[in-house]
Amino acid sequence: MELEKIIRDTAKNLLKLSAIVLPPTVEKALRDAYERTPEGPGKVQLKAIIDNIEAAKRLKKPICQDTGVVSFYLKVGDDFPLKSGLKRILTEATVEATREVPLRPNAVEILGSNTGTNVGTNIPWVVIELTEGDYLEITAFPKGGGSTNVSQVKMLSPGLGMKGVLTFYIDSLLNAGAAGCPPYFVGVGIGGGENVCVELAKKALLRPIGVRAEGELGKLEEKMIEAGNLLKIGAMGTGEGPTVLNVSIETACRHPASLPVAIVFSCWALRYSTARVAKSGEVEYLTHRGIVLGT
Amino acid sequence: MEVELKTPISEDEVRKLKVGDTLYITGTVVTARDQAHRRALEYVREGRKLPIDFNGLAVYHCGPIVRKVGEEWEVVSAGPTTSKRMEMFEYDFIEKLKARVVIGKGGMGDKTAEACKRFGAVYAAFTGGAGVLAAKAIKRVVGVYWDDLGMPEALWVFEVERFGPLTVAIDSSGRNMFKEAQERSAGMRESALRELGVM
Repeated sequence: MELEKIIRDTAKNLLKLSAIVLPPTVEKALRDAYERTPEGPGKVQLKAIIDNIEAAKRLKKPICQDTGVVSFYLKVGDDFPLKSGLKRILTEATVEATREVPLRPNAVEILGSNTGTNVGTNIPWVVIELTEGDYLEITAFPKGGGSTNVSQVKMLSPGLGMKGVLTFYIDSLLNAGAAGCPPYFVGVGIGGGENVCVELAKKALLRPIGVRAEGELGKLEEKMIEAGNLLKIGAMGTGEGPTVLNVSIETACRHPASLPVAIVFSCWALRYSTARVAKSGEVEYLTHRGIVLGT
Repeated sequence: MEVELKTPISEDEVRKLKVGDTLYITGTVVTARDQAHRRALEYVREGRKLPIDFNGLAVYHCGPIVRKVGEEWEVVSAGPTTSKRMEMFEYDFIEKLKARVVIGKGGMGDKTAEACKRFGAVYAAFTGGAGVLAAKAIKRVVGVYWDDLGMPEALWVFEVERFGPLTVAIDSSGRNMFKEAQERSAGMRESALRELGVM
């Protein structure tokens, strides 16, 4: 089969997988949360979440009716033969997946209406990283509106230092409350600039759960999880069960005069899926190994 | 406590529900989001007849994914949307249309709580994102009205069986679970900051 078709089919399948099956690490975090939450409204909500995850898998239907705005994160190998055509291929895959899964049309033109296809001006959003090797790595990363609406970005005064960052994190959580469908996965991006901190925070959400940042930052992530849970927003805002299931931090150097910070929230349904397409056309699924949904 | 109610739900039945109860509904649930709420209240103001009588029914803040299979509608996914956006309409909606249960996610405010108390209704939370679970409890699409508003905004009339679990979050005494939880969380701000060494 020609490589272009393989990429398109893989991207389409990744969108389908991400809408229907959570990455196993995300599912495990939710199951653990259910186990350790005492009986009450919080546990009822977590039980419904688990039942929903299982039903989605069994019935091959999207976990949530908000199947998100589509973005793709790519790693493009030096020796991978297809490059400038990738965006077009991914756009075609999005249109096909929207029709076939089906996904809810979530691309609305700013001075217009819903395109009906999940593609339009600059959507799907494609982030490209160049890498060594002869493969293409594709991550489909759709994100829902509820948790996007409570994400925050702020340019802090550098004099506030990390204390300012941590206060902003706690206040962002309080502001989010029940609105973004907790328990939350939180991506934190610090430094770089306006766009950089937000991009880092989103990328942080893609780091597998359980993998900590190195050194001091890793310890800070753990403390932030603990502190966030003291707020007791709870599962779906019931005040019971966990508030924060994970925090991942990514950083970049900052301008001496700035301290940009982004707090990006994901609802409990942190959805993404990754596969590698080799130059030979061989496809390896990384996040959803061995999960076949068929057509 | 776990309670199962069948529509039409009476004021007496709804007044027995308490914050924290788990509720399942069997009967008729009608979706309505921002535009449908606005239009329904316009109809009431103009004295026009609505396509459906909400009296005793449950109104659901939901923009479903629905597709047509042959002659029938199939509900693919139908989880709740954020209820706060409907806060500006819900008092009047409960007063004028006598809906007994309002279903959504994320909680509602003081005006809705006041309406629940005064007219006898509850706000019940369905798990955000649990779109398949909701779809499973929907046995049939009885009808769709105002489809000119688009798939997510139309009035979808669903026949449901044990629709839930719903957590009663505002009851007819005016108690508001989400508001109480939010106030408790705000009170924990200092402890959380101390944990992080900020204070």
